[in-house]
Amino acid sequence: MTESLKLTIDRRDGLAVIYTEGYINNQGGEEIARAAYSLLEEGYRALLLNLTGTRIINSIGISILIEIIEKMLEVEGKLAFCALTPTIEKTFHIMGLAQYASIFHDESTAVAGIVT
Amino acid sequence: MTAKTPLREVKLVLPMAPDMELVASQAASALAIWVGMSADRVDEVRMAVVEACINAFEHSHARERKVDISFAVWGELAPERLEIRVHDNGVGFSPADVEEPKIEHKIRGDRKRGWGLKIIQGLMDEVRILSGSRGTTVVMSKSR
Repeated sequence: MTESLKLTIDRRDGLAVIYTEGYINNQGGEEIARAAYSLLEEGYRALLLNLTGTRIINSIGISILIEIIEKMLEVEGKLAFCALTPTIEKTFHIMGLAQYASIFHDESTAVAGIVT
Repeated sequence: MTAKTPLREVKLVLPMAPDMELVASQAASALAIWVGMSADRVDEVRMAVVEACINAFEHSHARERKVDISFAVWGELAPERLEIRVHDNGVGFSPADVEEPKIEHKIRGDRKRGWGLKIIQGLMDEVRILSGSRGTTVVMSKSR
């Protein structure tokens, strides 16, 4: 039954993209947080979460994403999301996440938006 | 005129155990598709059901570690509306006392959680919460 989350990380010049595949629940959120904090330690200050492989997320997972957003604000970094399903994007707007993290339709737009 | 009996009814009893919310979401998805909802509306129902289950798992303090979920499809001649009831046998709560979460408070606060009801209300057409000493039932519905 478990749709465990798989992560793939693409380190680029000044930007790291984290690709998710599967359910973002508490364990999934923690995995993303570990990856994000590890990238911060490596010196990355711009992170993009590409959720193209995630169709479902829960509020516990999103709460952990809020912790990552807070951490990024502390280090004056940038966190953005792209390739969200319409429902996940709607949920992020219901919660107000867009006030603190940019949401882009696709990865190329996101990369251009983060780098500039 | 309102139909007196649902066109289709499904009942589930799920243990309060990790990922059991996904079982409920699969049933919700199948019925929402049968109602004729768009893919996006089906996803909204799935997510709302997941949140209602997680709320029951995490906050009900129920001795009997299970949730009862009923799905009913309503309509005159064809399926029109899906109603979902998620019930726990917990201690109950007063919905009026639940503070609405605000991102500006959560982002720098210690407690990041507490979004479930807000998400459910944002994704479903109608939401009612019936709560007392015999537990809580979240009643939510969405039309085609």
